[in-house]
Amino acid sequence: MFKAIYNWIDERLDITPMWRDVADHEVPEHVNPAHHFSAFVYCFGGLTFFITVIQILSGMFLTMYYVPDIINAYASVDYLQHKVAFGAIVRGMHHWGASLVIVMMFLHTLRVFFTGAYKAPREMNWVVGMLIFFVMLGLGFTGYLLPWDNKAYFATKVGIQIAESVPYIGPYIAELLQGGDVVGAQTLTRFFAIHVFFLPGALLALLAAHFIMIRRQGISGPL
Amino acid sequence: MAHNSKDSQEKVVYVGDSRVRKSGRMPNIPPDYSAFPGKSEAFIPNFLLKEWMVGVVVLVGFLVLTISHPAPLGYPADPTNTSFIPMPDWYFLFLYQFLKYPYVSGDYVVLGTVGVPLIMFGALLCAPFLDRGKERRFYRRPIASTLMFLSLISCVYLTYVAWDHYQHQLEVNGIVPEHIKREEEARLAAERGEERPNPVKREDKKIAVVDANDPITSVIQQNCLSCHGTDYQGQSSIPPLAGVGDKYSKEELAEIVTNGKGTMMPPFGGQLSAEEIDQIAEWLAKQKKAE
Repeated sequence: MFKAIYNWIDERLDITPMWRDVADHEVPEHVNPAHHFSAFVYCFGGLTFFITVIQILSGMFLTMYYVPDIINAYASVDYLQHKVAFGAIVRGMHHWGASLVIVMMFLHTLRVFFTGAYKAPREMNWVVGMLIFFVMLGLGFTGYLLPWDNKAYFATKVGIQIAESVPYIGPYIAELLQGGDVVGAQTLTRFFAIHVFFLPGALLALLAAHFIMIRRQGISGPL
Repeated sequence: MAHNSKDSQEKVVYVGDSRVRKSGRMPNIPPDYSAFPGKSEAFIPNFLLKEWMVGVVVLVGFLVLTISHPAPLGYPADPTNTSFIPMPDWYFLFLYQFLKYPYVSGDYVVLGTVGVPLIMFGALLCAPFLDRGKERRFYRRPIASTLMFLSLISCVYLTYVAWDHYQHQLEVNGIVPEHIKREEEARLAAERGEERPNPVKREDKKIAVVDANDPITSVIQQNCLSCHGTDYQGQSSIPPLAGVGDKYSKEELAEIVTNGKGTMMPPFGGQLSAEEIDQIAEWLAKQKKAE
């Protein structure tokens, strides 16, 4: 049955090479924790992706309740946290997942660095990985404002002040993020848009590039 | 179009696990996995199931953390609050702490916000182009490894100092972080059997004024509203006059207006005639919340 469906699609779209790249490629022994326990360090990249998927899913559920305006933002988060069934779990996963994704990405970066896996021919993949790192930090910064409590408000205010002190382009960056003279209604909607649309879009594009490159080049060999 | 690997004109040959054009331009085509002696296996399902074991361990830890520590939520943002200690999320603390040091703040802030981070993050971004040797083992790359270790140690140190300083500030100023204070209030309310306190302020709690065009309101406007608010809604600790009829009867109101109440409300018995006080009390007694 599945074989028949697979063949029907394969006749038309020639998906066998695609399937091999996604699923059927061989995984060498030196990255397999079943053979060498210390190879668990090679799992951090996959775990980063796993947590990222959790972040995307939990974030999608959060937007079902979250209202990005300064009157209702806090109230909607409060409602989600205390009144909605499992709301505290969904918000908790998004909150702690944000930290966890940074931790996992950090460990993955260190593994790649200390095993020298970024060397030729994988330079471009390292650069893309660093860009993913910066996008993740941007997601952390913009997401921090959204609950609109005092902690969120004043951290963002300080963050924008720091950005403003950059010479020449600083005031423009601050204006772009803040959308006015103070951290206020415009800032919240901008951060929401950046957090939910702009940065996830950039993240998905960079992740696609990251994965296509690793499939094309394969995992670096054993040390 | 259909894929046919027996085609001798095939321009794409399989190298490793992907289709890479064999053009001779790429000297770094990765070796076929058969070049790695050992127990290779397919990614799906064999390897992914093993990786999923690691994933499950992480997921369980993650869920335990989520359930045992609810995501914090303080009080609604109040831009006029001047005593709040700003605190970024933990992974920005190293940068936050770094910018507090002299020579990277004040007159030299450009060095702190652009100079040093640009060099550090720039070096990280360009690591493959700076460290171009063939050697991959970290102990055979002393410069790169040492720089990375030093950066790691400084980030951990800066984060620790920032967090320690924050805890110290909280202690010195006797501040309890808002999300903890709020949880504590909710816990106490629950122990008393009350509803969870809601820190969200709502404008629509205003009670409408009844019979606002009564002639006696001119006397009330002159004598009462400088304290009780021009819209009868009170201000800070002074209660609103709108809705006051729900709390007091006409006789009680006359008594309060004549003799004052507490330390704030002065007696008006000397300034207003008995007839005026009677009319005022009657009007105030009508101020009941509309159903």
